[in-house]
Amino acid sequence: MHPAPSVILFTVLSGLGFGLLAMLGLGAAPVTGWAAFVAYGAGFGLAVAGLLASTFHLGNPQRALRAFTQWRTSWLSREAWASVAALGLMAPVAASAVFMGRLMPALGAVAAVLCLITVLTTSMIYTQLRTVPRWNHWTTPALFFGHAVAGGALLAGLGNAPILLGLLGLFMALSFRAGDARFAERGHTLATATGLGHGKVRSFAPPHTGTNYLMREMIHVVGRKHALKLRVIAVVFAAVLPAVALVLLPAGLATTLVAAAFHLIGAFAGRWLFFAEAEHVVGLYYGKR
Amino acid sequence: MTRHEPRIDTSPKVSDEVRRTTCYMCACRCGINVHLTSGKVTYIEGNRDHPVNKGVLCAKGSSGIMQVTAPSRLRKPMRRVGPRGSGAFEEISWDEALGIATQWLAPLRATAPEKFAFFTGRDQSQSFTSLWAQSFGTPNYAAHGGFCSVNMAAAGIYTMGGAFWEFGQPDWDRTRLFVLFGVAEDHDSNPIKMGIGKIKERGGRVIGVNPIRTGYNAVADDWIGITPGTDGLLILSVIHELLGAGKVDLDYLSRWTNAGCLIDETEGDEKGLLLRDDLGKPLVIDRRTGDAVPYDTAGVRPDLGAVHKGCRTVFQHMAERYLGADYAPEAVADRCGVPAARIRALAAEIADVAFNQTIELDQTWTDFRGETHDKMVGRPVTFHAMRGISAHSNGFQTARALHVLQILLGTVEVPGGFRFKPPYPKPAHAHPTPHSVYMPGRPLDGPHLGFPQGPEHLALKLDDQSPARIDKAFTWENPLSAHGLMHMVIPNAVAGDPYRIDTLMLYMANMSWNSSMNTGEVMEMLTRKDGNGDYMIPRIIYSDAYASEMVAYADLILPDTTYLERHDCISLLDRPICEADHAADAIRWPVVEPDRDVRGFQSVLVDLAGRLGLPAFVTDDGRPKYRDYADYMVNHQRRPGVGPLFGFRGHGKDVGRGAPNPNQINAYIANGGFFAAEVPDEAKFFKPWNRAYQDWAVGMGFYDTPQPYVFQLYCEPMRRFQLAAEGYHERQPPDHLRDRIRATMDPLPIWYEPFGEEAGAAYPLHALTQRPMAMYHSWGSQNAWLRQIHGVNPLYVPTNVWEAQGFREGDWARLTSPNGTITVPVAHMAALNGDTVWTWNAIGKRKGAWALSPDAPEATRGFLLNHLISELLPERGDGHRWSNSDPITGQAAWFDLRVKIERVDAPDEAQPAFPPIPSPVPPARRNRP
Amino acid sequence: MTALPPPSAKKLGLVIDLDTCVGCHACVTACKGWNDQGYGAPLSDQDAWGANPSGTFLNRVHSYEVTPETGAPQLVHFPKSCLHCENAPCVTVCPTGASYKRAEDGIVLVNESACIGCGLCAWACPYGARELDQAAGVMKKCTLCVDRIYNENLPEVDRVPACVRTCPAGARHFGDLGDPDSAVSQLVAERGGMELMPEQGTRPVNRYLPPRPKDRLEETAPLAPLLDIQATGFAGWLDRLLDRI
Repeated sequence: MHPAPSVILFTVLSGLGFGLLAMLGLGAAPVTGWAAFVAYGAGFGLAVAGLLASTFHLGNPQRALRAFTQWRTSWLSREAWASVAALGLMAPVAASAVFMGRLMPALGAVAAVLCLITVLTTSMIYTQLRTVPRWNHWTTPALFFGHAVAGGALLAGLGNAPILLGLLGLFMALSFRAGDARFAERGHTLATATGLGHGKVRSFAPPHTGTNYLMREMIHVVGRKHALKLRVIAVVFAAVLPAVALVLLPAGLATTLVAAAFHLIGAFAGRWLFFAEAEHVVGLYYGKR
Repeated sequence: MTRHEPRIDTSPKVSDEVRRTTCYMCACRCGINVHLTSGKVTYIEGNRDHPVNKGVLCAKGSSGIMQVTAPSRLRKPMRRVGPRGSGAFEEISWDEALGIATQWLAPLRATAPEKFAFFTGRDQSQSFTSLWAQSFGTPNYAAHGGFCSVNMAAAGIYTMGGAFWEFGQPDWDRTRLFVLFGVAEDHDSNPIKMGIGKIKERGGRVIGVNPIRTGYNAVADDWIGITPGTDGLLILSVIHELLGAGKVDLDYLSRWTNAGCLIDETEGDEKGLLLRDDLGKPLVIDRRTGDAVPYDTAGVRPDLGAVHKGCRTVFQHMAERYLGADYAPEAVADRCGVPAARIRALAAEIADVAFNQTIELDQTWTDFRGETHDKMVGRPVTFHAMRGISAHSNGFQTARALHVLQILLGTVEVPGGFRFKPPYPKPAHAHPTPHSVYMPGRPLDGPHLGFPQGPEHLALKLDDQSPARIDKAFTWENPLSAHGLMHMVIPNAVAGDPYRIDTLMLYMANMSWNSSMNTGEVMEMLTRKDGNGDYMIPRIIYSDAYASEMVAYADLILPDTTYLERHDCISLLDRPICEADHAADAIRWPVVEPDRDVRGFQSVLVDLAGRLGLPAFVTDDGRPKYRDYADYMVNHQRRPGVGPLFGFRGHGKDVGRGAPNPNQINAYIANGGFFAAEVPDEAKFFKPWNRAYQDWAVGMGFYDTPQPYVFQLYCEPMRRFQLAAEGYHERQPPDHLRDRIRATMDPLPIWYEPFGEEAGAAYPLHALTQRPMAMYHSWGSQNAWLRQIHGVNPLYVPTNVWEAQGFREGDWARLTSPNGTITVPVAHMAALNGDTVWTWNAIGKRKGAWALSPDAPEATRGFLLNHLISELLPERGDGHRWSNSDPITGQAAWFDLRVKIERVDAPDEAQPAFPPIPSPVPPARRNRP
Repeated sequence: MTALPPPSAKKLGLVIDLDTCVGCHACVTACKGWNDQGYGAPLSDQDAWGANPSGTFLNRVHSYEVTPETGAPQLVHFPKSCLHCENAPCVTVCPTGASYKRAEDGIVLVNESACIGCGLCAWACPYGARELDQAAGVMKKCTLCVDRIYNENLPEVDRVPACVRTCPAGARHFGDLGDPDSAVSQLVAERGGMELMPEQGTRPVNRYLPPRPKDRLEETAPLAPLLDIQATGFAGWLDRLLDRI
């Protein structure tokens, strides 16, 4: 799949934002006043920036409100509702913490759950696609959750953040590996795609000699060496380095920022791979995967 | 949960108006419905009522709208202002343009008409353009058949009075086995696709004989991946098998062919000619009486086994030759690249369908000898071939072999077999002979092109026996060049061989690019100057609708209209749109008006003819006879009552013959742009011998008296040329050509190695081109839709070569022939003859042409194979220019090409690369709509 | 709206005969021509005369090479457009309800005025049947020419999709695959019409008729010679042959 910057920004930033908000809502970092302003501000900022970024790839963003209509069937629509609900409920919690110095644990917990549901809905947009075997698996929501929880914990300055980051790193590595074989496991081949099973099938000529929307959008070939390098970078930056920084450096805003910067780099690299390595079955028709 | 579906309009108005005219994307000439909304063309579809396409339409026709709106359309007449080839032009008015043309041409006509040469490319008005040239008085006229498929056409006409495509077609509704030879996705494309569909629907079979398994060969039930240039050998081997098993139609051969005619075997100037009676009629031995009688005697039963005064029949000569061990499957298998068992199986399947699955129609008919038959019996095996077997230097004899095979099987003009399309059948002797006698200020002595019956009909000057025509058509080098040799015009004119000319006028012929062999050199020839600093070809007039590569190499540009903005007639005088069951012709008419200052070329010729006072186009007092081409279409009469259009004559009811009808074009428009007259049931088969057909044809105006004839298995005119080469004619060939004439002008089909094989083992591969179906015969590269389908052309390489060279996807190769080198992208193809590489033709474009941006893939990765092909064979050091053509017809031997291949690092762009030419039209906008 | 309707009795679709398709691309441009002026936004082309031309097409023809265990390699031309799946994943993923499957005849359509151009439906389609028009920003797909097949302004014979009407080889068939007695259903039954990528569970309505077995010429029994010409000579052969008249 084409690793479009808008979608990478969207999923990474909003995931991180909702993760942070979830931690705050759950009261894992009971901040008030200016600290709350910064913390909630970061959470809202990241989530909203991510959501805004997601509209960049729309052909007709002026109709975006229509995306709220199909919550019964569409994960994207559910995500719209979940995100609005989460942010809506989290707003009084944040306002209370910032302006009144009062925590609202019950509402906060509900809002936090909604934040995590939002992350789930986001991940389900990808998970539901049987056309992309690498995504179409429980590891996708787990990975998104992992990023949200570990990233949120990191930003919230939680003590267990290094452990969560470590788990995230482990899980990232595992899901990279597990995804590699899934396309083949599902049994999608050019023979099933074309029904031409009476011999060895290969694409002789594409339908058009030029490119097209499908090829640009769904066929992205990453070199194996290149991918391996990026996987290492993703795990090291998203998990190992921030965890190490949190453990070794003195606790404080500066350390959090350094760790967060590492984490973001890794998360972006990982998310880039999430898309770039995902092979859509339509590639079979073009003789590519 | 409720669902609310949007309400949609499922009955929108399709358009304001539908105008029915004729497509021009290729030579099929299908009927089209052009939808107009607010005066603009909005949709084009096939016309269901049309006899050719019955509603279907190919990729080109369906994207005609991109042709009519192409940014490459020329806009105004232009005069060259910079050096030729520089692309520097100024726009001028039509008055000025026509004034210049008149100023150039009038003195030539008055003093030396042969110094004006007029050649047309994808012209569909040859009966008109040839009349114009004839009236001008130049011997130098032809269309592009000489570099296309003249071998097929001429071999068909000499053998049986017509070949494939516009001459005839398989009986698609009845045939059970269809064997397709060579590249054939070219001509008659929609009817063949429709026909293959019908055969498949009935459960019939298709066999493809082709080095390349694409298109029709991809759907063929069996594919015979033959080595290029050996089709004739394969066919003669099939004939060997059929004869050996006695699987030939003896009754058919004795009645309808010259198989029973006797061949003079006495030494002398008649050796090898047919024995004739005093009236000149060929003699046969009647089995009933044993007497020698004319072949057309009532009730005669020609004896195929007869021997008369030591002379044997054509059939015996044939059988003896083809039963020879040289033609046994084992003897030809390696050369053809087809296992002997497969050749035997091919023969067996053909024989099985022909002789075990005969068809009978309950239809009486009477033959030309007066015998009435109560049934029409048919053998449902059919064949088709076009350029693939034509474009070799042995193409004429190969095409003859294929026609002879059909005749031996008795599958021509029978139910389920090959059927002629009116006005064919028409044997060679019923066609004109070539004419080339010119005199200042006078029309030529007759039509330029024709079918020589012997050396007396060659186009040689009466005084010194030198070639009368600039292209050397109808000379000893290629005596039966029925379509001329367009590909030799520029090289000959520049070499001054046989003479120099002054003005060359070309129409729709991209001679500085894909329509020439040796493209780079032709560009050089067009710009070459003599010692005085004058161009070797001093003046070039060119007419085209689009900014093709040729525009830059002309001095005066006469911009043509697109096909929806013009009048045309697809005439029975020329190359009509008939089907086996119908005589039919068609028109084009301006369904939209041009939005540019352009004129239909034919109307421009009518105007020029008036200015030049060409006799056929002016009244006795010198005033123009016709206002424009539309006026000519209605009012011209070739013979009294017979004009370009055969429908709605007289008061609108006359068919074939009748006075000009001023409302004729409106009647055609009302009828969908065409007129069709059905062949009567009794006349639908056995046409050459069928009295009912002959009488109907006379009524239609095809000819003035019935003209029955028998098929020429033995082609006597060819023997006359051999006799001359043996010293028996007052016209004698030059000595260096004697052996070749003796060897190649065999009156019975032979196979000889294509001349390209002289390249030898250093060039182990054959290289072919074919035009993709979505672009064939169209000028598709500027078509915004089609160029997305075929914007680049890789060289397809067979598996063995692919692996031996270590090619990988995305690689490039250097391809070298004895004539040149190109560097091109390669792609792998397994379904390909192992000695063959190929590519799509004419995808490659010159930078700056066709209003494409200079970095268009057509100009950077697209390529032409033409650079590797020369119009001349490599020097032999004997002082002669041996042309790379069939020695019989002069057909350009495109497919003789031999090459070698080697892997190279990818260059920046395909080589050779030529500098861009400035575009004569403004740059295209970026996006559409 | 993005809920799929209950399975309709009428399932309009195409049956494409891979044994007959010659790969001429007629259906490709006929489709482009009709839909450029038909349902919804035109099918735009970017850089149409430039270095990288790329436009919206609702139907494209692929070419595949099949190399059997024994026998010659084969080429198969393979037209592909929306298969109007019964279990259409492109419909259920749509967040706005723009994508829908008609309850009446099963045609999958995009209501362009509701489409935000998110592209998710194209991701959900295994077949590459949906293309986002770069000028209009809305998703385009085969409508089965819904503006032709019921169009009372067209003669009845023309109420078929543009691709079917134009196909020269007659390789494309249109009809009701929900009716077992329809011509298309019978073709599917007789010729073993295939679903593409059945493992995706989309249950496509369109079917493909597989190429018939090829290259079986050698199964024909060879011709028996009339006699041994070497032994009898040409004259013997001629006598034997002419005896047959």
